[in-house]
Amino acid sequence: MKTRKHILTAGLILLFTLLSVIVLIPLFAILMASFKPATEVFRKGLNMSIELPVMSFDNYLCLFTGTEGYFTWFGNSALLTVIQTVSTLLVSSFVGYGFAIYQFKGKNLIFGCVLLVMMVPLEIIILPLFQLFMGIKALTGIALIDSYAGIVLPFVAQAMPIFFFRQYMSGLPHDFVDAGRVDGCSEYGIFFRIMMPLAVPSFAAMGILVGMNSWNSFLWPLIVIRSQSRMTLPLGLASLLSPYGNNYAILLAGSVMAIIPVLILFVGFQRYFIEGMTAGGVKG
Amino acid sequence: MSAATQNPARRPSNKGGMASLRHFGHNQKVAPYVFVAPFIITFLLFFLYPIISTVIMSFQNILPKQVEFIGLQNYINLNDPIFFKAIGLNLRYTFFTLLILIPLPMLLAVMLDSKMMRARNFFRSTLFIPALTSVVVAGTIFRLIFGEMPGSLMNQMLALFGGKAIKWLKLADTSFIALLTLATWRWMGVNILYFLAGLQNIPRELYESAEIDGANAWHRFRSIVLPMLKPVSIYVLTISIYGGMAMFTESYMIFSGNRSPGHIGVTIVGYLYRKAFEENNMGYGSAIGLVLLLIVMVVNVVQLYINGTIRKERQS
Repeated sequence: MKTRKHILTAGLILLFTLLSVIVLIPLFAILMASFKPATEVFRKGLNMSIELPVMSFDNYLCLFTGTEGYFTWFGNSALLTVIQTVSTLLVSSFVGYGFAIYQFKGKNLIFGCVLLVMMVPLEIIILPLFQLFMGIKALTGIALIDSYAGIVLPFVAQAMPIFFFRQYMSGLPHDFVDAGRVDGCSEYGIFFRIMMPLAVPSFAAMGILVGMNSWNSFLWPLIVIRSQSRMTLPLGLASLLSPYGNNYAILLAGSVMAIIPVLILFVGFQRYFIEGMTAGGVKG
Repeated sequence: MSAATQNPARRPSNKGGMASLRHFGHNQKVAPYVFVAPFIITFLLFFLYPIISTVIMSFQNILPKQVEFIGLQNYINLNDPIFFKAIGLNLRYTFFTLLILIPLPMLLAVMLDSKMMRARNFFRSTLFIPALTSVVVAGTIFRLIFGEMPGSLMNQMLALFGGKAIKWLKLADTSFIALLTLATWRWMGVNILYFLAGLQNIPRELYESAEIDGANAWHRFRSIVLPMLKPVSIYVLTISIYGGMAMFTESYMIFSGNRSPGHIGVTIVGYLYRKAFEENNMGYGSAIGLVLLLIVMVVNVVQLYINGTIRKERQS
């Protein structure tokens, strides 16, 4: 019986080791390719071969010297991710708290709207939203097209985070709210000074989810952003797909560089990544 | 504390304003509406209004400076072989991703969760790593792996089995394999996480009592694990259908842009994008979007219905 269990354990470990290797192959291949001359990769295709004689850091140097402005895109993406994550967390937790703590007229109807938004894919909204932005510009001169405000604003009060924060905050002890009121704290003070600090773990999980979606977002920025200098990293990388000049050099090294910050964060904050990713799925 | 208490001389002049502000801050009747106001505003402005305007636009022909109602013409124009191709691709993609990305992650999650497994967290994390890459980066990698040159990874593997190099991304079936591989690679680890989270909710006693009753592994899986994973499975099913029907970036990256040979990579959202933004036909684009909305809504209603019947079963 005991040896049978050992064999099963060994079999499972072998299976998962094999799977892990397969999963890492594409990443290994792009890492190797990023050290090879871009023309080589373009001519032969992406594979796992390690050809030390032709390998160098030239592609990475290209990131700094290339005229495409890789680090501008990188910086833009970092800036956008920070703005979007902070504002979305702030606004969505504010709204989620309202749903979690209070009973008020129309609550069910308004929360029904939150659920409705969660059911409609964003891809349908982009067209009329773009038209709306054009209309706003024509009427008021406020430019939401080609600005980060335009990317962020429509989704600051995001349905999924609101839903998540509502769930989390209704689990916090209600006594704190009453104690805050007795101490003379205003309703908003209670949120910012008492409940928000208590909900820090949920902010970490949601922050990872919102931040990752923002860092990786493509379709909406593709429509909003017009000028080359405001492009985000995914937009910039996607623009390199045609093999002109040193496009491929930047594409290869740039792809690796785009993964690395997320990977470092993942190693450091694994727990929150996993909580954030499964936040929507587990409701009890 | 505040300036007002440190500076008593100023107090009287400020009193009225401060008092009403304090009153507002402590008003428990108003507070909930202030809290949900950001949502209501963005909902009306950036959700409800756009949806209504896209419905209206779908009945219009929109030219610069001139908008005319053309009735159902945009919808009649949807009788378009390329649009059908797009729907077909998204449907096939959804079907096959469901076929792969539900049973397989479920099985792997059960294996990871078993008592016999070691280094659980390590493998869980490793399998999750692909989900950290953006679709743009992952798409770039898979586009090159499925390159048509004999030196590309997939063609090298074919050569190992004695096959000839294939122009993967030029043919409908083989490019579909590339899309499917990309999806499987990126989503496997995430779905494993979902199912693992679902497994965590199963009380250990259930297993133990089943073991005492002499149930074997398959019986335990069928009568405990499978029913307990139903809510998670339905959630994964729903988001996979969403993701599948709205899939766009994967195809955009694999085919390096919104055009593909013989429209083999055209997606519903890609076609919407082409019509609305590349060809500036907002009315037709709106009609495409609304068809997608209709499909997703039907899926939702069915899902809610199934969910509802499950809940009823549990109660009775």
